[in-house]
Order: sequence, then structure tokens, then C-alpha cells
Amino acid sequence: MQRILIRLFTMLITLFGVAVVVFIVIRIAPGDPIAMMLPPGATDEDVARLRALYGLDKSLLEQFFVWFGGIIQGDFGTSISLRQDVLGLVLNRLPATLELSLFALLIALSIGGPLAIWGARERGTSIEAGIDIANGAALSIPDFLWGLVLILTFGVLIPVFGISGRVSPRLDLPFVSQFYLFESFFRLRFDLTKDLLSHMFMPALALALPLAAIISQLLKQSLKEVMDLDYVVLARVKGFSETQVILREALKNAALPTLTLIGVQFTFLIGGTVIIERLFSYEGIGNMAIDAVINRDLPLIQGIVLVFALLFVLVNLAVDMTYTLLNPRLRNA
Amino acid sequence: MPSEHTRPHRFNTRLWLAGGWLLFALALALLAPWIAPHDPLAQDLLYGRLPPFWSEGAEPGLWLGTDSLGRDLLSRLIYGGRIAFMVAFAAATAACLVGSTLGLIAGYFGGWPDRIISRIVDIWMSFPPVLFAILLVAVLGTGLHSVIIAIAVIDWTRFCRVIRAEAMVQSRMDYVESARIAGFGRIGIMIKEVLPNVMPSIIALLSLEMGIAIIVEAILSFVNLSIATDDPTWGGLIAEGRLSIHQAWWVLVFPLIALFLTVLSFSQLGEGLKQRFDPILR
Repeated sequence: MQRILIRLFTMLITLFGVAVVVFIVIRIAPGDPIAMMLPPGATDEDVARLRALYGLDKSLLEQFFVWFGGIIQGDFGTSISLRQDVLGLVLNRLPATLELSLFALLIALSIGGPLAIWGARERGTSIEAGIDIANGAALSIPDFLWGLVLILTFGVLIPVFGISGRVSPRLDLPFVSQFYLFESFFRLRFDLTKDLLSHMFMPALALALPLAAIISQLLKQSLKEVMDLDYVVLARVKGFSETQVILREALKNAALPTLTLIGVQFTFLIGGTVIIERLFSYEGIGNMAIDAVINRDLPLIQGIVLVFALLFVLVNLAVDMTYTLLNPRLRNA
Repeated sequence: MPSEHTRPHRFNTRLWLAGGWLLFALALALLAPWIAPHDPLAQDLLYGRLPPFWSEGAEPGLWLGTDSLGRDLLSRLIYGGRIAFMVAFAAATAACLVGSTLGLIAGYFGGWPDRIISRIVDIWMSFPPVLFAILLVAVLGTGLHSVIIAIAVIDWTRFCRVIRAEAMVQSRMDYVESARIAGFGRIGIMIKEVLPNVMPSIIALLSLEMGIAIIVEAILSFVNLSIATDDPTWGGLIAEGRLSIHQAWWVLVFPLIALFLTVLSFSQLGEGLKQRFDPILR
């Protein structure tokens, strides 16, 4: 319990730190966003009025506390380029990014997990060596390059998947929420689910490949470490097959160290959505973030970076809590 | 035991292949003005989107074809390598200097320096790196300097985390204790005793970081936020290629191959060096 409280406290400090850094970075930016908003004929009074409207006429410290006070109350300000409430804009796009990240995590687990088990079963053979080489390659190539390779292979060479957007534009969407994938599934509109998945598959795979390699490598390593422990040997003596031994006995204990690492790596994956969404013209917050930077839309950038930071610390907190729950040594501490 | 003989041999081949490609690419980049067959900026709209030499409709002398403005792709690729390597060396070195120094201090001294540095690292790691890079370049203004500064500002944490952990392990070793008893100062021990022992990791990370820096530069070029001039970059070529992917696949494929090989080589070189320097693995 105490462990989690300390964790929550450091999480708040981290978020505050992120807010300070974003604020400072953006304020030292040359180029006046207000001047960019107004037509060329605007008078100095117009500029001053707009400055006051966005609170840019106050001192930096004042600006920070006004802005930070707003955030605590859920007021992230108004986007300069889109002239809409920042929180609303971000919440509108966030589900798309969350669905993409979770789908990518699912792909990474379903590639990495079985590979690890297979590699552990065939330890010391050329199959394991082959898995190691594949892992090494998948790890050294970042998601951006995987994305481009996938676009070329499955978008152009053998065009089976969509390479841009979240859903085909000709479909009309009956959705009330922005969680298109979940909603299409629960409304039993599998035609839409299929279309969404075909658009999501390649960006998700690009994000998933490096993570799949890490999962496979680490889980295989931990499995190999427990494979010679007494209780595993006992299960083997009882007559279980090697695969059964791994699935029934070894996996439970080997999964714990992998879990912690998946947490950190999952935050990297979420960070990767920024460029991957851009590459596949997928309408999530990452893509919106790049537009915001190009348009010098300060309030929107601040909002998006903070949402990302919040996601990161929440993932870490979730992993920490799961770890505490699953690890008997920490449960009663 | 056969495995002990095959293992070093395999990684040596990898090391040679990786080093060989990097030297080749670096030489091309350095000698670009003498090697490149054409001016990378010269447009010729009559020769737009010509395919590479083995395809029908290719023009002799334009080996890898041309882009939509009729610029020679091979020359653009060679010149693009200059920016890539410049960013790789400068940004990785800067990130390494900052990150390793802070990591060494945090790991060796522990206590409050460690707490402060670790908290800053935590905060830094809560930023999506790509977004952070784009934001920094937008703030600093486009240009080679901004790209290098942005990468260094973001990626020092990679060095800091690893070197901190290693310095922490080293500082508990007997040799550090003996040096202290022998009367050496704390900073002296850190530089003369601990630093040489974490050096292999620093070199390996440096090589990895060069590959990462090249990717970040390519990403920045891709969103049109890298160097402000017309000079070709691999990321810029990729961005052009992504737009004309259905009409001229080669504009995307060749820079992608160059990027792929270079990044893979830097990471293999890093891995190989780590194994070579690691006394336990060796």
C-alpha cells in the first residue's frame, strides 16, 4: 500500500515536471503565434486585444499558474489553429490512438509470446538461433522504417491492406463514441470491424515488431532460467511434455520480469504512434500533434504532450500495481 | 566445444559487414562532390520520374532513376548521406557527453545527486521522444544545428540510465574501495578508475545512438522540419517517395535501403563492440 502511495506521489511530481518543461520550451519559441493568426492589415490594438484574450500579456510566472490552475480544473485552453476547446479535441482523437496502441500490444504479445515458448522448448538448437537472429533484426529496425517497409510490401506490391486513414471514407459510420473498433464489434457490425482492422493492421504491426522482439527475447531468457529449477524438473518427471511443462509450470514464474519490461516498452510504443500515425495518415492524437507543432498552436501542443505524459505514467503505475499483486513477496509488504 | 569456436567467428563477420558498409557509405558521403554523377539539385522536368537502369524507359547515366522534378536519385542519395553522417556523429557525441557525465555522477556519488538526476530522467522519459524532437526543432527553428541540439537534448537519457546503473555496480567493487583507502580523491577515482570500466558500454551505446540519430533526422525531414535548405536528406527523399509511391516506387525504395543498412550496421557494430569489450562474454 505504502509502495503504491509513494508511486502516486512521484507520479504527480513527474507530471508537474513535464508541465514545467513543456511550458518553458514553448515560451522560448521565437515567432509570435498571435501575429500569425491575424490578417496582415491588423492594428497593434488588435494584436494587444488577442494577446489579452489568450492571456499572453501577463508575466511568464503568472501565465504558468493561470495555465496550470486551468489544467487542474480540466481546462486546457483553446486551440489557436482550430479555435476549439483543447480538451475536447484531444478526447475526440485519443480513442483512435488508444485502439491502435492496444491492438499493437496485442499483436506484439501474440508474436513474441509463442516465439519465446517455442525458442525455450528448442533451446540450444538452430531453431533458437534463428529466433535470436529474427529478434535482433526486428529490434534494430525502428517502427518508422518497419512502417515504410510495410507500406511498400502490403500497400503497393501486394495491395491487401489500406495504407492511409482509419476507415474507408465511403462507409457511413453509425458510431456514438470515438472507440470505433470496440463499438463496431459490440454493435455486431463486423463489416465495419473488418474495414477498421484492415486500416489498423499495418500501423499496428509496425509498432508491434520491435516490442514483439523484446518480449520474445526476454521471456525466452526467463523461461530458460526456470527450466532447470526443481519444480519444473518434477513436472517433467511426472511425464508432462516439454510444452506442457512450459505452459503449466514455467510460464507463471517467468512472466513476471517480462511484465515489468513490457510496461516501459509499451510507453515507447505509445510514443511511436506520433510518427506512425503520420506515416499512415491515421487520425489519432499523434498526427494532430504534428499538425499542432507545424501550426505553432501552443495550447494544443501543451495539451497533447500532457496527455501523452499522463498515459505514460498511468501505464507505469498499472504495471507497478500488477507486479505488486502478482508477486507474493510484495503482496503483504 | 564447437559453439565456442563458431560464436566469435559469427560476430566477427557481422562486425566486418557492418563496419564495411558504414565505411563505404561514409566514403561516398565525404567524396560526394567528386563521385556524384549529377548535381543533386538540378531539375529537368523532361526527365521526371524515370525508372532505375534495369527497367524499360530508363535513361543511361541516371542509374537509380529520377524524382518527379527530374533530379538524379543516386546523386541525391549520396549527398543525403552527408547530412545523415554529420547528424549521427555530432548528435550522438553530444548526447553521449551529457548523458554519460550525469550518469557517472549519479551512479558513483549516489545520494542527492542521484535523486535529482534520476527524477529529471523520469520526467524526460515521460515525453514521447518523436513529438519532443519535432517540438524542439519547431521551437529552435529548422536547420542542422537545431536537429543536432534536439537529438542531444532528448537522447542523453539513454546514456544516463545505462551508465548510472553500471557506475553504481562498479563503485561497490573492491578496487574502488582500495583506491579510496590508498587516498585518492572521489572525483579522481570516478575519472581514473570507474570511467575506464564503463567505457565499453559507452562506446557500444554511442554506436547505437548514431543509428538512432539518423532515424530521428529522417523523421524530422519526413515531417519537413529538418534542415531548412534544399539540400537532399534521406528522410526528405522518403517523404517525396511516400507521396509518389504509386507512380515511382524507386524514389522511396532506394533511400529506404540506405537508411535500413546504415541503421542496422550501427546497431550491429554497437552489439559487436559490446561483446568484444565485455571481459565476461569475451
